[in-house]
Amino acid sequence: MTGQLKKLTANYDEPDLHRMEVYERLGGYGSARKAALDMTQEEVLDQLEASGLRGRGGAGFSMGKKASFIPEGTMEKYLCCNADESEPGAFKDRVLMQRNPHQLIEGCIIGAIAAQATRAFIFIRGEYETQAKMLDAAVTEAYEKGYLGSGIFGSQTDLELVVHRGQGAYICGEESALLDALEGKRGNPRLKPPFPANQGLYQGPTLINNVETLCNTPAIIEHGPEWFAAMGVDKSTGTKMVSVSGNVQRAGNFEVELGIPVREIIYGLAGGPPEGRDLKCFFPGGSSAPVLTKEHLDLPFTYEAMAEAGSMLGTASMIVVDDSQPIVPLALNLAGFYRHESCGKCVPCREGTNWTVHMLERIDQGDATPMDLEIMAEVQTNIIGNCLCVLGDSMAMPIGSMIKHFRGEFEQHIEAARAARDREHIRAFSAGELAAAGEAGPA
Amino acid sequence: MRDRRTMPLGWDEAVDLERDPAVVPDPAEVEVPEALRASITAAMQRYPDRHSAVLPALAAAQKVHGWCSPEALRQVAAVMQVTPAYLSSLASYYDMLRTEPIGSRYVYVCTSVACHVRDARAVYEAIAQEARDQELEDVEVRNFECLGACDMAPMASVDGRYVGPLSEDDAHELVAAVKENREVLPGRGLGDEGFRLPWEDKA
Ligand SMILES: Cc1cc2nc3c(=O)[nH]c(=O)nc-3n(C[C@H](O)[C@H](O)[C@H](O)COP(=O)(O)O)c2cc1C
Ligand code: FES
Repeated sequence: MTGQLKKLTANYDEPDLHRMEVYERLGGYGSARKAALDMTQEEVLDQLEASGLRGRGGAGFSMGKKASFIPEGTMEKYLCCNADESEPGAFKDRVLMQRNPHQLIEGCIIGAIAAQATRAFIFIRGEYETQAKMLDAAVTEAYEKGYLGSGIFGSQTDLELVVHRGQGAYICGEESALLDALEGKRGNPRLKPPFPANQGLYQGPTLINNVETLCNTPAIIEHGPEWFAAMGVDKSTGTKMVSVSGNVQRAGNFEVELGIPVREIIYGLAGGPPEGRDLKCFFPGGSSAPVLTKEHLDLPFTYEAMAEAGSMLGTASMIVVDDSQPIVPLALNLAGFYRHESCGKCVPCREGTNWTVHMLERIDQGDATPMDLEIMAEVQTNIIGNCLCVLGDSMAMPIGSMIKHFRGEFEQHIEAARAARDREHIRAFSAGELAAAGEAGPA
Repeated sequence: MRDRRTMPLGWDEAVDLERDPAVVPDPAEVEVPEALRASITAAMQRYPDRHSAVLPALAAAQKVHGWCSPEALRQVAAVMQVTPAYLSSLASYYDMLRTEPIGSRYVYVCTSVACHVRDARAVYEAIAQEARDQELEDVEVRNFECLGACDMAPMASVDGRYVGPLSEDDAHELVAAVKENREVLPGRGLGDEGFRLPWEDKA
């Protein structure tokens, strides 16, 4: 496998693809019409499940299976499209919405039919102003055509769709925090169970899926699940948008068949690190994924292979780091992000992210001893699995992996920073800059 | 400037225990600009539960007032019939809602990890320095978390328009353009006609 395989993005070169007439001319809304008029809800569900489509928002859970958890009954059910995309390194949903908003709306219609939802929301991060406007315009077009509203496509099915803009909080991408935010609360994750499929938005059964997951559904309905399952390998079916960023020559989004070697993505598609630089490590699935190193370059890019290597495919946002980057400032930047974004509801995450930042600052400022590395590693272990949601884990896992892969560099940094600090103290002391003796003499 | 990362807003202000909590305002007593009222009312009608409209409502009020000022909160509270305290609990939670009159426009410079490895810190500092040198007013200039545009790293969002990739050399022109209300770095904004990253083939 080499190069891109453009299915989701097949028509991206078409001018004005974001407009209804262009999207329809290329066959758009055919699948949603088929699902609404010619298929039963079970048939839609079966096709989604048979395709093997897995969630593209992080956890990689089977989409069809999740939709099948929605209980029967007359209560109102909901579909929420997760367009919060705030994970450092992730920028695929942005492009999917901006270039082809109707594809997402069609995916929402199909997802809603599968979940028997009559109300759908697209929760888009507030910073995506342009994309929200484009979606709004596309939704208006879809209402005008009767593809949304009451009796969609002339069927008995109703579907209201609202584009809801967040106001800046990474945690709102976590599904239960997203629901709270959508209900007009602070976006704090909920204790699970109950899971959203049973008690989600307004306490009703709710299906939550990522933008890319939903965008994949129209083609599955159009070409059939076998067509989709034929792409990729094993349990990683279909194509995947990969966002490559960091120290590469050609950052960008690439649509690849799952199972393509990692090397082909980083070096083939993105051009590898700049001239004269070498790969140090990479995050295969956004900043929450433990880092991998050169030895992992020949692995196939699949959910399974990334998990086996101790990381995860996640959102398939590949952040590449070259050998010009020292590890401690990188870790500090990463931990700082999660500290800022921790909602503060549960202790291990709130305190763990805060203390990790403090300890990394100590290392950087020369106040740490090699023992601090052990303590820091232990803090990470105590976060993992002990939080309400996985935001804490999302810091603990990559930080833990950095300590594991680059322990020598951490130790060198501790020693070098300590020596530099001591030299500075001696210099200041000799120059008489320290007011009182003992105030801050060399350790 | 207060370090917004370490201490929550108001941590050093004493609480007035004598004062009664603000109640849901009487709509008759609060004057609300017509356009704002209309947009909040429309938002409330979009949802099965009116509380869901609170973020769109606060964002709309912030557009009018420049920040979530006590008056802005009172107006939203009056239209939505909720307490101002509920609104301020939200305004202080979400990054894009301002709880201080820092500026009615914004320049967010991303310094998260993918931008970090491309020297975003230096770009941010250059922009912040220029903003001070050029005495930029009524604009919130701050470093921000990943804005979902790591392909154009390092980058910034100027009132929602994404520009990049940036270097320290762009700082002067960027700030000058914001100050003079010109388009910032024409042709280098995501969504600009024919926008391409420097390494992408020209169409
Ligand atoms: C802290 C945190 C942030 C998340 N952010 C996002 C996000 O921005 N977009 C997204 O689709 N999923 C995000 N997720 C994953 C969601 O909780 C959820 O698994 C996903 O939306 C389900 O959709 P999928 O099955 O289609 O992947 C996040 C999870 C956590 C713990
Ligand atoms: S890290 Fe800067 S835009 Fe993503």
